[in-house]
Amino acid sequence: MCGIAGIVCQDRDDRIPISLPRMISMLHHRGPDARRMHVEPAAGLAHARLSVIDLRGGDQPLANDDRTLWITFNGEIFNYVELREYLERGGHRFRTQSDTEVLLRLYEERGRRALAALNGDWAFAIWNSRSRTLLLSRDRMGVRPLYYTIVGRTLLFASEIKALFADPRVSREIDPESVDDIFTVWSPLAPRTIFGSVRELPPGHSLTWHEGHVTVSRDWRPGFVRKSHEQLPDRDAEEQLRAHLTHATRIRLRADVPVGAYLSGGLDSSIVAALAAGERGRAGNGAPPLQTFSLGFDAAEFDERSYQRHVVAALGTEHHELQCTPADIVRVFPQVVWHAEAPLLRTAPAPLYLLAQFVRERGHKVVLTGEGADEVFGGYNIFKEAKLRRMWSERGRASRRAALVKRLYPHLPHLQRQSAALLQSFFHAAPDDLAHPCFSHLPRWSLTSRLKMFFSDDLRASVDGRDAVAEVVARLPADFASWDQLGRAQHLEITQLLPGYLLSSQGDRMAMAHGVETRFPYLDPDVVAFGTSLPDRLLMRGMREKVLLRRVGRTLTPPSVWKRTKQPYRAPGADAFFSTVGPAKAGHDGDDADYVNDLLSPSQIRRDGLFNPDAVSHLVRKFREGKAIGVKDDMALVGILSTQLVIHHFINHFGTDTHGALYTGSEALHRR
Amino acid sequence: MEPYTQDLRHFIVDNFLFGDQSGRFAFSDTDSLQELGIVDSTGVLELVCHLQERYGIAVADEELVPDNLDSVDQIARFIERKRRDAKLVRAS
Repeated sequence: MCGIAGIVCQDRDDRIPISLPRMISMLHHRGPDARRMHVEPAAGLAHARLSVIDLRGGDQPLANDDRTLWITFNGEIFNYVELREYLERGGHRFRTQSDTEVLLRLYEERGRRALAALNGDWAFAIWNSRSRTLLLSRDRMGVRPLYYTIVGRTLLFASEIKALFADPRVSREIDPESVDDIFTVWSPLAPRTIFGSVRELPPGHSLTWHEGHVTVSRDWRPGFVRKSHEQLPDRDAEEQLRAHLTHATRIRLRADVPVGAYLSGGLDSSIVAALAAGERGRAGNGAPPLQTFSLGFDAAEFDERSYQRHVVAALGTEHHELQCTPADIVRVFPQVVWHAEAPLLRTAPAPLYLLAQFVRERGHKVVLTGEGADEVFGGYNIFKEAKLRRMWSERGRASRRAALVKRLYPHLPHLQRQSAALLQSFFHAAPDDLAHPCFSHLPRWSLTSRLKMFFSDDLRASVDGRDAVAEVVARLPADFASWDQLGRAQHLEITQLLPGYLLSSQGDRMAMAHGVETRFPYLDPDVVAFGTSLPDRLLMRGMREKVLLRRVGRTLTPPSVWKRTKQPYRAPGADAFFSTVGPAKAGHDGDDADYVNDLLSPSQIRRDGLFNPDAVSHLVRKFREGKAIGVKDDMALVGILSTQLVIHHFINHFGTDTHGALYTGSEALHRR
Repeated sequence: MEPYTQDLRHFIVDNFLFGDQSGRFAFSDTDSLQELGIVDSTGVLELVCHLQERYGIAVADEELVPDNLDSVDQIARFIERKRRDAKLVRAS
């Protein structure tokens, strides 16, 4: 797991590689173990390495035998053992033990068709120095990031945007349309990023560059072919799912360093930990126990440590707990945004940033996680809420449905008090909404869109008339309307929030900030294909979520875990910025560290231009008075503060200091 | 009802519209605040807290219904009724 970067130019005379060392140095956190470059006329690839497989022989960029193909690769090909055997049978002789060489040789043999054979998480570049063609490719689900920009006749690419900005030719401006996207659907709609000059290579896509011409094409998209398993007996389905998950976990334990596991206390990560511990057991008596890592919070509403401890006791793992306080979140939030490179609407990435640091401090570089299970196996409340809203609208009012809403949101105390009539007025669906292809997500997007009331007049004018939801609809598969309701909602989660927010801002970026690689058994292509072909009855029955996965969990996890109703991962909210520690103590000593006050001050808000200073002052006052109790105010504050941090880090303070060394925006923030 | 409506409008603009008086979120005293998206499920409770703090009105859970809380006029009438009832109780 690593960071990659590169530059290719149309003219051989262009002085391309000047920026390359600076670009790769910006990715040091992703690959602290080694840093190398391959430079030739008008082309250069660079690699910052986190050594996980073939610790001695796996350095990159790596060339093929006749040195016409060069690869720089971030990620892991988990089925590289099987692919290597296949290639060796075909006469390939390997020089290293790495998965990188397997990938390169497979590409040499099959070209882009090689991608279909890969089971892994990847972002890579292959440069063909003979034809002067560059291929960029990104994994199906969007686990590993890849960005690019074009300056004149030059293409630059990198794992993170900050590396592109290390080249002074790349402009750094906020894209108003992306802000509009984020304050609707939580992330920019790929390929847009928060910066107008930078594009994301979307998950499951390839980019080809040849003589200055760029072609982006789709290699994969999730399908929801429900009928294929309609007749599958429940018991057979359970056995098949267990087999898929066991295999997905087993190949994700392949590494030349220890692989640990995150444990949330929920069903998904507990199953993964159980399967990983089982594999350890198969390895024999000498194998050390699985190392597990988890978060705990002071506030009972967020804390799941009692469940985590049940799992630890049942599996016999060697467990490490990190206690995270609201003050910790405030302290690291600037660094979190520096790594996320995007505005955030929740503080939840911050504890995961701290957890990755904690893992790394304990000598681990690789962890398995339970991310993806809710999307693939039907676990989210948004799926249940959509079902409930539809029922409510079709069959009129009923007090029982109010009780269901309250059961769905036990963590939202304000809902518990409300009458059936009031809840119906909030949760019923209008006839137009019922017919909308994104019916399930309209309440979330409409709530988030309300935050646009904080936009400045200028920002509002620049996005006037655009409709982010309409753009989502325009990108849906042609036959989407014929899909079942749950499949549609799952598709939106898998293609939108998962890559755009969860796998990036809460996944790769938080872990790789500390050189920790996360691996996701539930996002294994065979697991995803199986999950998305299951009929409704094995996903959500009544208001019971993850029916089939829960059955698998019954044999692997303690009853307290597999019988549990899903608890969404949540962290202490935006009031932490005002109450618990007070902004004056946020992050560092002394008054100059008051970043919350600084960045939300009317003068700074006015200078940066995206938000309305009066409205932001009202919001801040509401928090200070302890009157901000709702999700919307919370998202508004986090969204505005993180956007201000993006501007601070990447626009106002990104650059070089007087010694010419690059410094991060967050360092600049601390120094003032 | 007039003093209540003025205060309520001020509270709504200050608390839910964050001081926006541009007219973008104009609402009449009879408009449904929920349909306009001004008050959501959390907002109802913020409103109830305000009624309790400002007017000393205790709002029972069964009174949390749209008929009492969905427009400025409905809320003002609700305040009036609650205060009248409270006076009657004290007088008796």
